[in-house]
Amino acid sequence: MSAAATSAITLAPHRIGAMVLRYVYLLRSSWTRLLELIYWPAVQLFVWGFLQFYIAQNSGFFARASGVFIAAVLMWDVLFRGQLGFSVSFLEEMWSRNLSNLMISPLRPIEFVCALMIMSLIRLAIGMLPVTFLAMAFFGFNVYGLGLALAAFFVNLILTSWAVGIVVAGVLLRNGMGAESLAWTLMFVLMPLACVYYPVSVLPSWLQAIAWTLPPTYVFEGMRALLMEHVIRIDLMLEAFVLNVLYFAAGVFAFLQLLKSARRVGSLLQSGE
Amino acid sequence: MAKIVEPVIAVDQLVKVYKTTRAVDGISFGLEGGSITGLLGGNGAGKTTTIAMIMGLVMPTSGTVRVLGADMPRQRYHVLHKMNFESPYVDMPHRLTVRQNLKVFGRLYAVEDLDARIATLAESLDLTEFLDRPTGKLSAGQKTRVALAKALINSPQVLLLDEPTASLDPDTADWVRSHLEQFRKERGATVLLASHNMAEVERLCERVIIMKRGRIEDDDTPQRLLVRYGRQTLEEVFLDVARGRGEAREAAQ
Repeated sequence: MSAAATSAITLAPHRIGAMVLRYVYLLRSSWTRLLELIYWPAVQLFVWGFLQFYIAQNSGFFARASGVFIAAVLMWDVLFRGQLGFSVSFLEEMWSRNLSNLMISPLRPIEFVCALMIMSLIRLAIGMLPVTFLAMAFFGFNVYGLGLALAAFFVNLILTSWAVGIVVAGVLLRNGMGAESLAWTLMFVLMPLACVYYPVSVLPSWLQAIAWTLPPTYVFEGMRALLMEHVIRIDLMLEAFVLNVLYFAAGVFAFLQLLKSARRVGSLLQSGE
Repeated sequence: MAKIVEPVIAVDQLVKVYKTTRAVDGISFGLEGGSITGLLGGNGAGKTTTIAMIMGLVMPTSGTVRVLGADMPRQRYHVLHKMNFESPYVDMPHRLTVRQNLKVFGRLYAVEDLDARIATLAESLDLTEFLDRPTGKLSAGQKTRVALAKALINSPQVLLLDEPTASLDPDTADWVRSHLEQFRKERGATVLLASHNMAEVERLCERVIIMKRGRIEDDDTPQRLLVRYGRQTLEEVFLDVARGRGEAREAAQ
């Protein structure tokens, strides 16, 4: 590997730390940003929680599958908010017209990505931890009771969210703010296919084949198996993990190619529309 | 045998084509260490694209840029910590205070004894009383001084400035120029300054490169340009070049 290439992938904790510090300063300066992190997950929880109550009262099947909707909404939020946490931190640089300052600093792209992943975790923790406690208080659902399976679900979902976030960041670098809506909507393409609230078997068979190419599908199937059949499907988690490694690597590759293309077309100079 | 010293910035046959537009069209120049050079040209002359290629922000279509011996943008990470940039068209995060912004950039550039460096810069740029104010709440002049503090945080060997005094009142602009002059003398930095402001270039620069439609139209000291064009000010020289009168004058001679 050439010296230039080695230099480009070197990781310096002080630079990653500087970027995390920048986003922490921003969060600390804005209570609306903090509130926003909790607001939507809490709204989602209450809607789906009460719906689950209602259905359980009228269906023996759902009464036995206690918590499946609440678990699904919490897991979906890990996936969606994880990507949003990554993408919004990146968008902050474009909104503040600070991207050129970063791109001419010694900050490596891979360090930037690491900082965005850390921020995705921090934002997720701020938003989701209180909501998990609300789920316990209002609906008697203890997500932590899922034990080690929860860790496997979380790792797989967050890896998918980062893979999508990295690609979105690359598209934003290449195409500017005109592509901003991707950050808010791209994950919703996965929602029906990942079978968040229903089993894969309800999809037409040709769509099932597509659904099984998505790592979150394995997580949501695994979650239902655990809650409804009390079976831990390690096989599903491992398959999801292998797919995630592939998607994550593809995401990083796409990001680096889009960055290269942005340097070629000069879009790092203008980060507007 | 005398050692050949490579210019701090060496630009050779540099071309940048955006789709069908040749933004930079085969320019070459070298900047010696410790020099301050003005890059003059009208809108669309190719100044900003040239500076962006020197920083590694834009990839040349052909030709080469070397900064402190590093091939840009391929080896940019070898030298980016020794460079910096300031432009009124690039902002700093508005919600962060001045101190927070300088801390973040100081850490990115691995500045040692950062708190002391921020205090020194704040004092010399008259920013001490604003350090704990959100950057977005400052006036245009104060923001420019903050951007300058960011550009100087790592005491760069190579400083690139894109219209550093645009939209500033004459007093603040003069103040910024004085500070840049002082920094260059103390640090021995190489400075490349893109500007529309002829008085600024005349005052600060020991060499002027005039660009037009992506090409270098002239390259000389301000004094020699005035003599060659038979003009009193650089502004008149610039207008001669912009309106093609320089070529006519040379043809007549």
